[in-house]
Amino acid sequence: MTDFPWLSTLAAIPLVGSVAVAALPKGRDLLAKQLALAISLVVLVVTVLMSLQFDPDAKAMFQFSEVHPWIPQFGVSYALGVDGIALVLIALAAVLTPVCILASWHDVDDTRRSVKGYFALLLLLETFMVGVFAATDVFLFYILFEAMLVPMYFIIGSYGGAQRSYAAVKFLLYSLFGGLLMLAAVIGLFVVSDGGEKAFLFQNMLNLDFTPATEKLLFVGFFTAFAIKAPLWPVHTWLPDAAAEAPPGGAVLLVGVLDKVGTFGMLRFCLPLFPDASRWATPVVITLCVIGVIYGALLAIGQTDMKRLIAYTSISHFGFIALGIFAMTTQGQSGSTLYMVNHGFSTAALFLIVGFLISRRGSRLIADYGGVQRVAPMLAGTFLVAGLSSLALPGLSTFVSEFLVLVGTFTRYQAAAIIATGGIILASIYILLMYQRTMTGQPTEGTRLLRDLTAREAWVVAPLLAVIIGLGFYPKPVLDVINPAVERTMQQIGQTDPKPVVPVAEGTRK
Amino acid sequence: MPTTFASQSVQGAAATGVFSLSWLLIALPLFGAAVLILGGRRTDRFGHLLGTAMPAASFVIGLVQFFALLGRDAEDRAVSQHLYSWISVGSFQVDAGLLVDQLSMCFVLLITGVGTLIHIYSIGYMAHDTERRRFFGYLNLFVAAMLLLVLADSYLVLYVGWEGVGLASYLLIGFWNHVPEYAAAAKKAFVANRVGDFGLSVAIMIMFWQLGTVSFAGVFGAADRASEAALTAIGLMLLLAACGKSAQFPLQSWLGDAMAGPTPVSALIHAATMVTAGVYLIIRSAPVFEGAPDAQLVVVIVGAITLLFGAIIGTAKDDIKKALAASTMSQIGYMILAAGLGPVGYAFAIFHLLTHGFFKAGMFLGAGSVMHGMNDQVDMRRFGGLSSVMKVTWFTFLLGWLAIIGFPGLSGFWSKDKIIEAAFVGDGWRPWVFGIAALIGAGVTAFYMTRLFLMTFHGERRWTEDVHPHESPAVMTVPLVVLAIGSAFLGLLLGPTGAIQHWLEPVVGSHGEQTTALPVSVLTTLTVLLVAVGIGLAWSMYLRRPVPATAPVGTALTRAARRDLYQDAVNESLLMRPGQYLTRSLVYFDNRGVDGAVNGVAALIGGTSGRFRRLQTGFVRSYALSMLVGAAVLVGIMLLVGV
Amino acid sequence: MNPMNYVYLSALLFSIGAAGVLLRRNAIVVFMSVELMLNATNLTFVAFARMHGNLDGQVIAFFVMVVAAAEVVVGLAIIMTIFRARRSASVDGANLLKY
Repeated sequence: MTDFPWLSTLAAIPLVGSVAVAALPKGRDLLAKQLALAISLVVLVVTVLMSLQFDPDAKAMFQFSEVHPWIPQFGVSYALGVDGIALVLIALAAVLTPVCILASWHDVDDTRRSVKGYFALLLLLETFMVGVFAATDVFLFYILFEAMLVPMYFIIGSYGGAQRSYAAVKFLLYSLFGGLLMLAAVIGLFVVSDGGEKAFLFQNMLNLDFTPATEKLLFVGFFTAFAIKAPLWPVHTWLPDAAAEAPPGGAVLLVGVLDKVGTFGMLRFCLPLFPDASRWATPVVITLCVIGVIYGALLAIGQTDMKRLIAYTSISHFGFIALGIFAMTTQGQSGSTLYMVNHGFSTAALFLIVGFLISRRGSRLIADYGGVQRVAPMLAGTFLVAGLSSLALPGLSTFVSEFLVLVGTFTRYQAAAIIATGGIILASIYILLMYQRTMTGQPTEGTRLLRDLTAREAWVVAPLLAVIIGLGFYPKPVLDVINPAVERTMQQIGQTDPKPVVPVAEGTRK
Repeated sequence: MPTTFASQSVQGAAATGVFSLSWLLIALPLFGAAVLILGGRRTDRFGHLLGTAMPAASFVIGLVQFFALLGRDAEDRAVSQHLYSWISVGSFQVDAGLLVDQLSMCFVLLITGVGTLIHIYSIGYMAHDTERRRFFGYLNLFVAAMLLLVLADSYLVLYVGWEGVGLASYLLIGFWNHVPEYAAAAKKAFVANRVGDFGLSVAIMIMFWQLGTVSFAGVFGAADRASEAALTAIGLMLLLAACGKSAQFPLQSWLGDAMAGPTPVSALIHAATMVTAGVYLIIRSAPVFEGAPDAQLVVVIVGAITLLFGAIIGTAKDDIKKALAASTMSQIGYMILAAGLGPVGYAFAIFHLLTHGFFKAGMFLGAGSVMHGMNDQVDMRRFGGLSSVMKVTWFTFLLGWLAIIGFPGLSGFWSKDKIIEAAFVGDGWRPWVFGIAALIGAGVTAFYMTRLFLMTFHGERRWTEDVHPHESPAVMTVPLVVLAIGSAFLGLLLGPTGAIQHWLEPVVGSHGEQTTALPVSVLTTLTVLLVAVGIGLAWSMYLRRPVPATAPVGTALTRAARRDLYQDAVNESLLMRPGQYLTRSLVYFDNRGVDGAVNGVAALIGGTSGRFRRLQTGFVRSYALSMLVGAAVLVGIMLLVGV
Repeated sequence: MNPMNYVYLSALLFSIGAAGVLLRRNAIVVFMSVELMLNATNLTFVAFARMHGNLDGQVIAFFVMVVAAAEVVVGLAIIMTIFRARRSASVDGANLLKY
């Protein structure tokens, strides 16, 4: 089975499914939903089967590799493959897509747009998400990086809230701007490379001979695109608009998975391809990250709209993720990778539960709620757990990753780590303030008759919370997959962890 | 100061026999919590019974382990159990492991023992609450987290318990969160605790950075080779953590508000166990503090400030629970002070912690019993003369009161006086400053506790019209009686015999005979004298004279004490207001500044395009002319350049 | 004869054509001026082909003729339609395709 094209299969299933769903006759909305859910579940099963074959300690950098020539004149190949980092992110996408489809069951019923179209777009997006994490050809990565924008643009623009067209255009233009810089850098890479038939393969792009100035320019090209995607401060302003206007399912995939491509790109491309330039840029990047952590958290406290609030918490969290990546320690980078996964689940839970709340009351404003805990205890309880995972309560998965990032950063940049740690105080304020304002107190006029979670909604939230709690107490399976990949990345950028100042005596260390 | 540490003991022998069941101590209440919280209304019928059975079962296991430890040699009493590898990245290795030793055993017995009693009490106290099952679920969650906190064998695992108890405390303070003030109090407690957790986080990071490990064994093994600066930094950060959790100055303001929770919660979490976690943390980290005398000094100062701070606040509060909360703050100040004194104080800090756990829990439950009979009123000015209608409550409270003020022979006398003595040990100015602070604290304690006792149980009846005080049911009074017995005799059992010192010696080290700045007999006499003065003063003010039903305006100091010495006002003007202003201006800046720049660029491009659009006139001939001119210019340039 | 004379002639014809396009309003006349310009270039192509002994220019001249013929078909049809709609063939009158 080792030669089975796992990754192509994984990308093809939702693509075929998307076409099938779109081709269904009009008026068969229920069938479209069921078909979409079934296909996304098939993808999940295939992902699980593939993950079981994955060998974390294998010597090869990428597993399940597939390389076929595509445009040999320009050195472009159709090349897929995964290491531990990519695998866990593909798994994240594979888990979140069925969850989102199930969560969005009735979200677009009332829009005048095509219902099946929405689910077809979600599946199409899944194809691109799998592809972008699996691509091991830089050019292919770029193509998929840009292609992802298309379904998301339509999801926001067609099925979003009142300000949807403004948000969709802003999202598209912002991302295209970054993509353009990246395209220039991709072409620049080709010029520097040997120009052979497989010039764009990731492995062939390592250790290119740059002049320092070129390397810095190319780094900036890639990094800007990823920073916009992630998004880092100060190029973050598209996210609150896009996430707030997108339908809940779309917002989850946008913030939970799509944005991870930015931080994934930093770890996969920026650091190994341009190690010297990365070191050169580190002080600036670390500063941006720390500002982002605090800034995002402060802005989250000041929001009056629940979805915008969650979007700003994500900006704070992306600051943590990028901080861990650029700390260039194994703890930081493993923590960041784990953070990407955990943040996906945690934000997904928050967005979806808030989405359930909004679908009942029809308002995104915090001020319109109050006392929900009395009338809908399950909704409030799951919301609290999701919120606690956002503030990284120990025992929940986000704590492990956040602490790894901080401890990994601390061994190199103490001041940055301490300021970022201040973010945990702010996190408790923004989550609990929102909880206090929406869930506690006496039920208000508008919330008195709210229904508690339905069975479908409970099924959406339960797996997410189970993963969050499970990985909090036992993150080892995921960390074991991530660690070898991170160690390889550390070798590629020529970094080793700082040694403790006081060496631990033999025997006392476990 | 001759100090010997048996730091190896922290590592502990591998767990066998009954000690391999250590994980059950935590798992049982956790299981209870999971069943009660996830089970929903289906578990309403038996929820309280299951909730009580779980900590009781843990208590039994704890007792068995305790006797097993007693049967061992003093050096072999530390047993560690490795459960599984929790986080492993590069050199950052953290195992989920438990450590049962003399210190954690003290806590296990306190938490499960007092915890079980409070669970039993709650069956009666919460009988009329429709959400009693959820209450027991949260209480079980608390017990599990607290046990994890004291049984952890590394700082990071401790951190899990540390925030776990914070969460349980948040849930329980806000148990009646339909009252907006209670919900706000819960949030305040959590945020203040998070400030402390920030300290713990940073402390752990410094440990890993400097020593490369976060397990107790590793850190303590390497502590003597670390620089003093590093140890001082770790120590101060740990102190910050302790201040948050134990409501010490300057993070103490949440404890008073935390009384919003049901009274059993105040007894268990905000008196007997959780708030003493800071003391545990400092004493557990003794090897770190031993290498950082500056940090120790700060610990002592914080303890001394808080013990006076709390005592002063306690004198002015009319809310019985808030007065007890202030007293808790003050008593923990004593413990922190003792913990900062080094080996001379460690054992007594734990000793006082244990006795305090009994008498304060007893008094809180007594206050709950009073409230139960008085329609949930808390204003002591509307109490009075309850001794005749609530005999059991009155008598148990009496024992608690005598214990806390240090009445000779009762628990508080043995534990608190030892701390006062320890505070007088040393040279230079320190014994005088800290010793006298502790002495004054003892006097003030006697005053406010007597005031509380007399206003509640004696004097004329100042009840409001509609109350009909009655004694509580047996399910509530039995725990009161048990706790009262503990308050009375626990000190006698452990103090004069030196049992607690011998028991803890392998963990916290020993010290030789210490000379105090004043002879011990003089100190004891002074203490008793001050206590007597405090009682007398309270007697003359609150029993001989009638207590007005509404509080008189009082002196400036009284007014300040009523408002927690303006702690909330300070926090509000220094942190909250500027924070809100900052947040609001940042939101404005983000919308107008950062996003404004983006939208500005977009508008600029759009505007420019609008101008250029005007060039498209629609006249074919003008297009033709521009083509011609363009072609001519191109040809001209080519001729000039000579291509 | 000096082949350069053909080039001068074509330059003259092109200028006349260009002036016609720029100065006349009647669409038919403008159209004829365009044809004049096209044929002027054709003349240049043929002249240069002769001068350099290379057939490329003549080939391109054929292409231009074909394109011009196609253009006449489409262009005249458009002008006819415009004339029918507006009762005028003035190019200045038809400026609907503006900003």
